[in-house]
Amino acid sequence: MTDLFTPGHRACAGCGAAIAFRQIVNALGKDIVIVNATGCGEIISTPFPESAWEVPYIHTLFENVPAVASGVVAALRAQGNDHTTVVCIAGDGSTYDIGFGALSGMLERNDDVLYICYDNEAYMNTGVQRSSSTPLHALTTTSEVGKALHGKEQFKKPLLDIVAAHRVPYAASTCIAYPFDVDKKLKKAKAIRGARFVSIFASCVTGWGVDTQLGVSIARLAVETGMWPMQEYENGEMKITMKPARKPVLEYFKLQRRFKHLTPEEVAEIQKTVDGFWAKHEAGEKK
Amino acid sequence: MMKAAISKPGTAKNNKTGDWRTFRPNVDNQKCIKCGTCQRFCPEGVMGKIGEYPEVDFDYCKGCGICANECPKKAITMSEDK
Ligand SMILES: Cc1ncc(C[n+]2csc(CCOP(=O)(O)OP(=O)(O)O)c2C)c(N)n1
Ligand code: SF4
Ligand code: SF4
Ligand SMILES: [Mg+2]
Repeated sequence: MTDLFTPGHRACAGCGAAIAFRQIVNALGKDIVIVNATGCGEIISTPFPESAWEVPYIHTLFENVPAVASGVVAALRAQGNDHTTVVCIAGDGSTYDIGFGALSGMLERNDDVLYICYDNEAYMNTGVQRSSSTPLHALTTTSEVGKALHGKEQFKKPLLDIVAAHRVPYAASTCIAYPFDVDKKLKKAKAIRGARFVSIFASCVTGWGVDTQLGVSIARLAVETGMWPMQEYENGEMKITMKPARKPVLEYFKLQRRFKHLTPEEVAEIQKTVDGFWAKHEAGEKK
Repeated sequence: MMKAAISKPGTAKNNKTGDWRTFRPNVDNQKCIKCGTCQRFCPEGVMGKIGEYPEVDFDYCKGCGICANECPKKAITMSEDK
């Protein structure tokens, strides 16, 4: 027996997004409708006329994924179906940038949709362009390393906080390297009604320049170094759900081609930001 | 009339990705404790049922090596697939 997300999909060997999709269908089960944005997730799973999904699935544009989901759920509820979970699956380019307006609208209306972003920190399917999720100083094909530029010049957009500012009932971050955490947060989100958001950190071995066998351990290092905080927002309250070991960020960087060019000063700058985040939240926890 | 491209569920299985492989995983059942770690992480989902010894479906295994890297007992080794 295979999962509701089947083998035969075209993801690169070692793809973190493929792991995320297996985790999603295994956590949520059959009673779902997936609305999927363009991106690696769609391209690898549904080359016409094939599909790797064993659940109802719609592919639509970057710009309107949450709006289509709102329509699907309205139609289901009008038919008297009060149980099916409508799930968006979209990449970071789709979520942080191109579909951000429609996402904000869906959240603000508190539509009964579970939105899942698999975050691999760039536009991978078109050849690794920067998104507003790409971290500071990372190399992409539109944030090059050379005389004029030294990787991306901007910080990663704090999307989870922006989502939570819409006062949705549930918003959380998790990571493919922690399957039990992914499962728990998705099941919790499924049981809640209204607009829910879960972001899953999913490595892209091809775009990050990582050996395929490290697909999971690199994602784990993002958590262990404190680069990717594991969080939950419930009714406006933020909780850290996992205390990281706080390994030096360099341990995470040195395995990835996208960070190979970093100077010690740039590493220190990022370490300082990460330290600042955790100093603030560890202080917050004590009171 | 509405027009949409419709695909049948699960038909990606027609696409045998096993021929992408350069390295293959070899599981040593003497060392395996059936923890399910490799089965959980395999991006293809082709290592059999959790609770049983891993059984790789080589029709699809792409040889990524994640199973070998994640196994806490080092029960999986990768070798060149000839
Ligand atoms: C409006 C629009 N702009 C650009 C594209 C081209 N495009 C296809 S896939 C893709 C990358 C999407 O990135 P992301 O959402 O992060 O998903 P990933 O490929 O990284 O999984 C882009 C830009 C498109 N299909 N539609
Ligand atoms: S490019 Fe990255 S996200 Fe896309 S299939 Fe390959 S590993 Fe997965
Ligand atoms: S090598 Fe990769 S694809 Fe093959 S069984 Fe192991 S984890 Fe799965
Ligand atoms: Mg992306």
